[in-house]
Amino acid sequence: MSGYFKELFGGTKSLAVGLGITIKYMVKPVVTVQYPHETLVMTPRFRGHIELVGNEETGAPNCVVCGMCQKACPSNCISLAGEKPEGAKKKILTSYILDFTKCSLCGLCVESCKFEAIAFSRDYNLAGPRKDAYVFDLKKRLEEKSG
Amino acid sequence: MILSEPWRLLVFVAGIIAFIALNAAYLVWLERKVAGHIQRRIGPKEVGPFGLLQPLADGIKLMSKQLLVPKGVDPLLFKVAPLLVLVPAVMSFVTIPFSEKLVARNIDIGLLMIFAFASVNVMGLLLGGWGSNNKYAVISAARAVSQNVAYEIPMLITVVTMIMLTHTMNLNEIVIQQAGGVWNWHIFANPLMPIAFLIFFICSLAETNRAPFDLGEAESELIAGFHTEYSGMGFGVFFMGEYANIIIGCGLATILFLGGWQCPFGILPGWWWFLAKVYFLIFCVMWIRWTYPRTTLWGLLNLSWKILIPFSLLILLLTGAMIKVWPLITGAS
Amino acid sequence: MNDLARSQNQETFVLNLGPQHPATHGVLRVKLTMDGEYVVHAEPVLGYVHRMHEKMGENRTWAQFMPNTARLDYLGALSYNHGYVKVVEQAMGIEVPERAEYLRVITVELNRIASHLLWYGAFVLDLGGFTPLLYAFDDREHVLDLLESVTGSRLTFCYFRFGGLYNDVDDNFVGGARAFIKRLRRRLPDYHNLVTKNIILIKRLKDVGVLSAEMCRKYGATGPVLRGSGVDYDVRRNEPYSVYPELDFEVPVYGEGDSMARYMVRMDEIEQCMRIVEQALDKLPEGPVVAEKVPKILKPPPGDYYSAVEAARGTFGIRIVSDGTNTPYRMKLRSPTFSNLSLFGEASRGMLLPDALALMGSLDLVIPEIDR
Repeated sequence: MSGYFKELFGGTKSLAVGLGITIKYMVKPVVTVQYPHETLVMTPRFRGHIELVGNEETGAPNCVVCGMCQKACPSNCISLAGEKPEGAKKKILTSYILDFTKCSLCGLCVESCKFEAIAFSRDYNLAGPRKDAYVFDLKKRLEEKSG
Repeated sequence: MILSEPWRLLVFVAGIIAFIALNAAYLVWLERKVAGHIQRRIGPKEVGPFGLLQPLADGIKLMSKQLLVPKGVDPLLFKVAPLLVLVPAVMSFVTIPFSEKLVARNIDIGLLMIFAFASVNVMGLLLGGWGSNNKYAVISAARAVSQNVAYEIPMLITVVTMIMLTHTMNLNEIVIQQAGGVWNWHIFANPLMPIAFLIFFICSLAETNRAPFDLGEAESELIAGFHTEYSGMGFGVFFMGEYANIIIGCGLATILFLGGWQCPFGILPGWWWFLAKVYFLIFCVMWIRWTYPRTTLWGLLNLSWKILIPFSLLILLLTGAMIKVWPLITGAS
Repeated sequence: MNDLARSQNQETFVLNLGPQHPATHGVLRVKLTMDGEYVVHAEPVLGYVHRMHEKMGENRTWAQFMPNTARLDYLGALSYNHGYVKVVEQAMGIEVPERAEYLRVITVELNRIASHLLWYGAFVLDLGGFTPLLYAFDDREHVLDLLESVTGSRLTFCYFRFGGLYNDVDDNFVGGARAFIKRLRRRLPDYHNLVTKNIILIKRLKDVGVLSAEMCRKYGATGPVLRGSGVDYDVRRNEPYSVYPELDFEVPVYGEGDSMARYMVRMDEIEQCMRIVEQALDKLPEGPVVAEKVPKILKPPPGDYYSAVEAARGTFGIRIVSDGTNTPYRMKLRSPTFSNLSLFGEASRGMLLPDALALMGSLDLVIPEIDR
């Protein structure tokens, strides 16, 4: 019988304590970010999709078309092509296509690159109605950015 | 009142339906706001200032949706069930006094009538669950019925105590008895009454299938319980019925224990006091919902049979003794 | 069990719990044979998110499999990263710098806290309480912010590398981790007052879903499920790896075997994780975070290697067979929740539906990890 009352009082007390906690949090300010109106800036190490990095002066891509990123990619997202113009020493990038629909953002491509030619973008607002909107032509994006 | 009797009733019923619809819509908004702030988020905010037009948008959405009648359901029961939840709630409002004059029908057995209608409400849940031809809905209907039956007993015992105390079943009269300030409210009539109020409040939570007794809905167990198969306004009417029942439960608690439309300081009684008290209790209902986990059926029945019923019987006995014995001691007639 | 005997002669019905059910947290389907609200027979049906990770491992180079490990158990991804790098390092004989090991332990334990916090919220949600979920998420966001600032991602981390880490941490991380632990220490009493001591929760969990140590052994259950049944086993201590032997921590064990015991094990583990992180931050040595001699193209010598780590949900074992080429010959992943789930069928027999769901919640299932 004493156990009955002990449980009754203990239980009632625990319920009252619970109510106290929720009301305490109710009067505290909200902690959420009101997303479309407020956006967060991603940390410097944020892994978005990759972007080509251009030379600071000329704006031409740093890429030397070695193809390491293509080989490193586990999902075959990257396809790039280059040509060697007459008389030039290095290969020049002609196209760099990222199929972002297959990308798992592992970052192995950036790690494999020896020439600092690709970097993560900090863009996270990616949504769209069509799949082919996420097959990025990175060379074109770089030209648009620098041009 | 200038209106003749049938017209007066009609105006009141229309008013009650409007009151219920408006309240159901805005209590959903309030619930979302309360839940939001308890969980440290904002809740609805996009539609209108403070999200105040959100209920309107929800209402339009529900009304424009197809009322889907799935294959294999009992079409008659399926369509009647939501109404069976809402209509008794509307009828119960007829006797609830918002203020001394603002009552649709001031009848002498108002209290009895409300409980009679409250029992019909269970029928709606049962038929809705049974008619849906869905296993989750059937389980939920069975739970809702056993829960309602179990909790009507302590609730009615408490109400009987109140009737003994007030000598009337007329709700208006009960409120009039509590005039003149907070110390005259029935919750302070004797030391046992706060416990009686608590029992009544817990029972009304269970009667209206609110958390922590929302076994009928039990989202993480039974998807949505008895209204799993309902869409559009079928679901909407269930919802309106649920909120109407909450208002009735809180309204009744206010009338019986918290002095109805009487002012706590003994001045300016009126419907605003009634509504303020009712909404305060509704806030408590929401606050409780967003604090506790759900009980199980066993826990619920244990609470009813081992705690609420013994205590309510004890209160009934002691109150009866006090009423009879106290005059003998003091020598009053 | 009287109910079970009675049900032999009675009509039962089949209830399909899932694959889209709020309590299964994903796409698990449980075929329940019910007698009223009593479970007569439960049969988990798996495979809705099967992605052939083991087969994928055979077709990718050693390094390319790394992101896959994060997709097994996305709530405790770093433990899985750790298991994989550990077994490959063992095969290759790579020595990992001490700083890298410490940072691995710190990030794994932070990840474990995040995983347990999410479990706490989701479990109480299974029991019908919504609010604790949001409080737990509030704290979990802070862990994820911390981990994002070093690893670059919030959920499917791919941070460890053979012989070290992807990159080093800065002082902000160290300060942030200390601040987070201080914050969580302040918040945990609220968690306990709101949920652990709540009479409704106690009534629902105490003596419900009792798993005997024998049953856990039979099905190979590990992690908090095993420790909740009174078996004192934790890979971090019993088969020490990384720098765990140098850190002082306790392994919480509860003997009751009911859902409450499993709950308490996880709540105590959060506290132990905080202790580990604090000590590791204190001891964090200077130095490189990547071993010097790691070949560019990995070709582990032919052989059969096995290694296990303690993930948030139990023992994650990984066995690789190498034939000396740059892709694994065979890769076998032993995921803890697969074993933990397999005891659900036997344990839930004769239980009420809500109790069976509480038991399922207390097993802490992550479906992509079960299906792999």
